[in-house]
Amino acid sequence: MRRDRPPLAFAVLAAIGVAFFLLPLLGLLYRTPWNTALAELTASEALTALRLSLVVSVAATALALLLGIPLAWMYARIAFPGRDLFRALTTLPMILPPVVGGVALLFAFGRRGLVGQFLDTAFGIRIPFTTAGAVLAATFVAMPFLVLTVEAGLRSMDRRYEDAARTLGASRSLVFRRVTLPLIAPSIFAGAVLCWARALGEFGATITFAGSLPGTTQTLPLAIYNALETRPEGAVVLSLLLLAVSLAILIAMRDRYLRAF
Amino acid sequence: MLSANVSVRLGVLDLDVSLEASAAEVVAVLGPNGAGKTTLLRAIAGLIPIDAGRIELDGGVLDDVARGVHVPAELRPIGVVFQDYLLFPHLTAVENVAFGLRAHGVKNGEARARAMEWLERLGIAAHAGSRPQALSGGQAQRVALARALATNPRLLLLDEPLAALDASARGEIRRELKRHLASFSGIRVLITHDPLEALALADRLVIVEAGRVVQRGSAAEVTARPRSKYVADLVGVNLLRGTAHAGEIALHAGATLRAAEPVDGEVFAVIHPRAVALHRAHPEGSPRNVWRGRAATVDLQGDRVRVRVEGDIAIVAEVTPAAVSELALAEGGEVWASVKATEIAVYPT
Repeated sequence: MRRDRPPLAFAVLAAIGVAFFLLPLLGLLYRTPWNTALAELTASEALTALRLSLVVSVAATALALLLGIPLAWMYARIAFPGRDLFRALTTLPMILPPVVGGVALLFAFGRRGLVGQFLDTAFGIRIPFTTAGAVLAATFVAMPFLVLTVEAGLRSMDRRYEDAARTLGASRSLVFRRVTLPLIAPSIFAGAVLCWARALGEFGATITFAGSLPGTTQTLPLAIYNALETRPEGAVVLSLLLLAVSLAILIAMRDRYLRAF
Repeated sequence: MLSANVSVRLGVLDLDVSLEASAAEVVAVLGPNGAGKTTLLRAIAGLIPIDAGRIELDGGVLDDVARGVHVPAELRPIGVVFQDYLLFPHLTAVENVAFGLRAHGVKNGEARARAMEWLERLGIAAHAGSRPQALSGGQAQRVALARALATNPRLLLLDEPLAALDASARGEIRRELKRHLASFSGIRVLITHDPLEALALADRLVIVEAGRVVQRGSAAEVTARPRSKYVADLVGVNLLRGTAHAGEIALHAGATLRAAEPVDGEVFAVIHPRAVALHRAHPEGSPRNVWRGRAATVDLQGDRVRVRVEGDIAIVAEVTPAAVSELALAEGGEVWASVKATEIAVYPT
């Protein structure tokens, strides 16, 4: 292995770069009220927010898997007109400010929205400011991660395995279930984890579209924001909790699954 | 009986080939890379649609473009051994073999039992629980063969069955494959670019070049009368083409050859490299065909030397090393070539 010496300027700038990421974490640890941390964590509001966060992020991931895998398959396999445009639109939430996504969701599924007014008058269904709304907001911002990862997996897999399965008498659906899905399982797993992590941290679209109602739409990030104004110690502890969860994801994924991204 | 008339345009490839095969023989489709062999196999297997033509297997129509018939791949009674074998990497050997049976509605337990029987028949039962990554090339090939045969196909297609193997293992596995092919009672068609493989495994050859059949027949027939440069190169003979009139052949390249047979019309003329004599000066005596040229390349091959002569007639001569030193032959040097009229085999195109 070559042992390069870094130029001084690089070493200094890189050190500042690392410090930029480490200092906020240290700040969090510095301000953590360790003696009351456990009490803060087990406080009912914290547990409620945590439970809601898990429910919303898991539901959003499930919804993303249900809709995102077929969508990724369409993007990877079918050359339909306007495919590139549709792909660009469905990945837009990755770079769109989440609050804009929330506003857009309101105009689509709100009580006076494009679809929302119909849902309201025809079925009496109102999505905004419900848990379902929080799930929709999280799905909106998180699903692109799943779609892109799964599409990349579909594109890089050797399709001749599907041919081999067909010559063995497997129908299209059997080929998909028994050959395609297992072969792209690592991509689906990586996509689902990224999607879930994004859904767990979702804030802007949720607060805009679903509001911050404790027990209904106030997920952990919203609870942290809320607590910051009233009880900063609580915010710090909840932040640590979210940080621990994120760190656990990173470690579980290692760089193996993230490399493709 | 397989009867296929296949016409496919795919990118630069323009394939238009007819292929017949009965259960009594092993047919090899032989041709250089890019000739359209794999496309032909994929068309017969139903993996790609054909643009024109008809494919019939044991009286059942699989494709008939004129009538709009196309039986999907999964409904064709065809087993395929793919190049690289394509064993499913997420399944064990026995699960790979059972896959087709499961797809045909056989219950899991019975499918596994029957898959095990196939692995035993092919002598690979000891590796039933192995993933494909853990198998050697020869083992993987046997599993692929078992997988293709387990669903009782009427036609077995093999795409370059030995190409994925090390050269050292190829001979042994080829003999083994020949035995397994002999024990299968259905129609067997294999596709290869390797003439050795084709000659060793097949009873009949179909030579495909640039999307067309250029020659078909038994190995003896094909090698005795090459009808393309590809086959002539495989056999190692000089193939010339021209218009004959009473034994005098006006070559398309320009010069004239005299053959012993009084043939007429468009002909191929085959000259074995050993029948070409080389001289330092214009030879005296009997040879009817003499011309001057330049030794373009001089290659030692075994105990013979192959000399490629460029001139009025481009030809390869095979002489002894002693002759080369006697002629003081060097690459680029002048040389006279001669061929007796009786050494030229002539047959119509």
